[in-house]
Amino acid sequence: MTERSSKRVFSPHQAFKYAYHTIGRLPGGVFWLPVALGGISFLLISQPATWLTLTIAGLAMGLMIFLMASGLSLVFGLMDVLNFGHSAFISFGAFIAASILSWHAGWLQADSVLLNGAALFLALLGAVSFACIAGWFFETVIIKPVYKDHLRQILITMGALIVCEQLILVVWGGIPLTVPRPAFLQGSVLLGQVPIEVYRLFALLMGLVIYAGLYWLFNATRAGLLVRAGVENREMVEALGYRIDRLFLAVFIGGSALAALGGAIWAGYETMISPALGTEMMTLVFIVVIIGGPGSIQGTLLGALLVGLTGNYLGYLAPKMALATNMLLMLSVLLWRPNGLKPVAS
Amino acid sequence: MSIVQLQDMTTNIGPYRILHNVSFEVPTGGVFVLLGRNGAGKTTTLRSIMGLWQTSPKSVFFKGKDISGLHTSEIARMGVAYVPENMGIFGGLTVEENLRLATTKGKFDKSRLSWVYQLFPALEKFWHTKAAALSGGQKQMLSVARAVIEPRELILIDEPTKGLAPAIIANMHDAFAEISQTTTLILVEQNFAFARSLGNQLAVIDDGCVAYTGSMNAFESDAELQARLLGVA
Repeated sequence: MTERSSKRVFSPHQAFKYAYHTIGRLPGGVFWLPVALGGISFLLISQPATWLTLTIAGLAMGLMIFLMASGLSLVFGLMDVLNFGHSAFISFGAFIAASILSWHAGWLQADSVLLNGAALFLALLGAVSFACIAGWFFETVIIKPVYKDHLRQILITMGALIVCEQLILVVWGGIPLTVPRPAFLQGSVLLGQVPIEVYRLFALLMGLVIYAGLYWLFNATRAGLLVRAGVENREMVEALGYRIDRLFLAVFIGGSALAALGGAIWAGYETMISPALGTEMMTLVFIVVIIGGPGSIQGTLLGALLVGLTGNYLGYLAPKMALATNMLLMLSVLLWRPNGLKPVAS
Repeated sequence: MSIVQLQDMTTNIGPYRILHNVSFEVPTGGVFVLLGRNGAGKTTTLRSIMGLWQTSPKSVFFKGKDISGLHTSEIARMGVAYVPENMGIFGGLTVEENLRLATTKGKFDKSRLSWVYQLFPALEKFWHTKAAALSGGQKQMLSVARAVIEPRELILIDEPTKGLAPAIIANMHDAFAEISQTTTLILVEQNFAFARSLGNQLAVIDDGCVAYTGSMNAFESDAELQARLLGVA
């Protein structure tokens, strides 16, 4: 018996299935995937300092993408709305934050963390406030007439995205905009012997704080309970006495605000943004939502982390593959789990 | 005094007319049964009362008030609960969360909760379990419990025994008998034996029209009528 099992050889396909089922059975299940990815890349990269830099960059990128994609995921999952205009909020968030930061250039470079922080806070607040108003307008005027009609949703939201990009061109011009960073977020800190960009740590922290906030909102409040229920069965939520249309509007506004916040932090990360930012990010956020499972906040976080980490690791290991990485990741997940890695229970 | 009155109710789904001038009255208290063959329009009748399908104006009255055209959530807040055929439970939420959503202020009345536990003991045992992990019978219990977790005046129940084991059906029977002491039930049912043992009054829907209304006793004693309307031998 022992001899027979020691001679057992797995084909690559069997090995993949075995690994999948093993991961699926572990406590935490698919949430071990980023850890497994980190472990495998550690072996392949074989330089701890490089691996740590790439991992922090991947996590920071993943959490920023999570901010941008979480709203889309909720809107898609709860309202069954394919909002291609979502990335317009990312763009507006980025450009509004960049402008506010530029107007407060003096504060940004002052030798006072308080002034630096105030400029940053105003930039983020400006981006989020604009997105709340624009989100209300977008849902009421553009989305509401096309509920339950996917084709019209795609056409009208794509059209809205193009209009928004043109608006950005009119207001900010076509030349890429430089985004100043507050002084306290410039430079690097040493983690052991490895220099890590402070801004990446800031992005990472912001992502974690927002995720914790969303987790609390969805698991410890009645509003969150309603959203989770609405994602599963809208009709039944109405039959229990709730106005799902009001819930839709609140979620849409919240999702738009998160996208703008993500865009604003992304702008500081990239330090240079162009009006095409929305279109560039659109594919990425849709991939993340599909990987995670529409409507699932935990799934969106998982998808975003996988996209961020894979992009950074493969960008180093096989740069020529970098462009195809996200599509390959999405294809693999769809073949493996067609409803996403962490779908909403049905 | 009737709790529900349907007066020439017509319901269209898309381009199709499903219900044609449906009229009947549901007396307050007890169990009113809607019978009919598959596709006759029973579920559509329940959904129309609940406001889930648009009906003709001034065709649905609840306690004398016209509710046709009201939003489903408004009808629910008037004291009407709905237990759909697919149970409509939220699988990603625990049993407790499913029931909490059905309360007005998010808090349970302890004596009411004890009564629900007494009706369906399994729910207490699986209180913190995700509803998706429950068996079919337990999901049905949860769906009914959600409708009675707070006092309602009317509960619309669509085929509650479909696909359930005999022991669970017996549990449901006892629960409905007890609930109907204080609440009016409109029950859509294919299982004639189950419906017969609970119902006081009934309406038979056939091809989108009311084919018969009357007392259960009268219908039960007319074998020819049962055979013609339901295909019951």
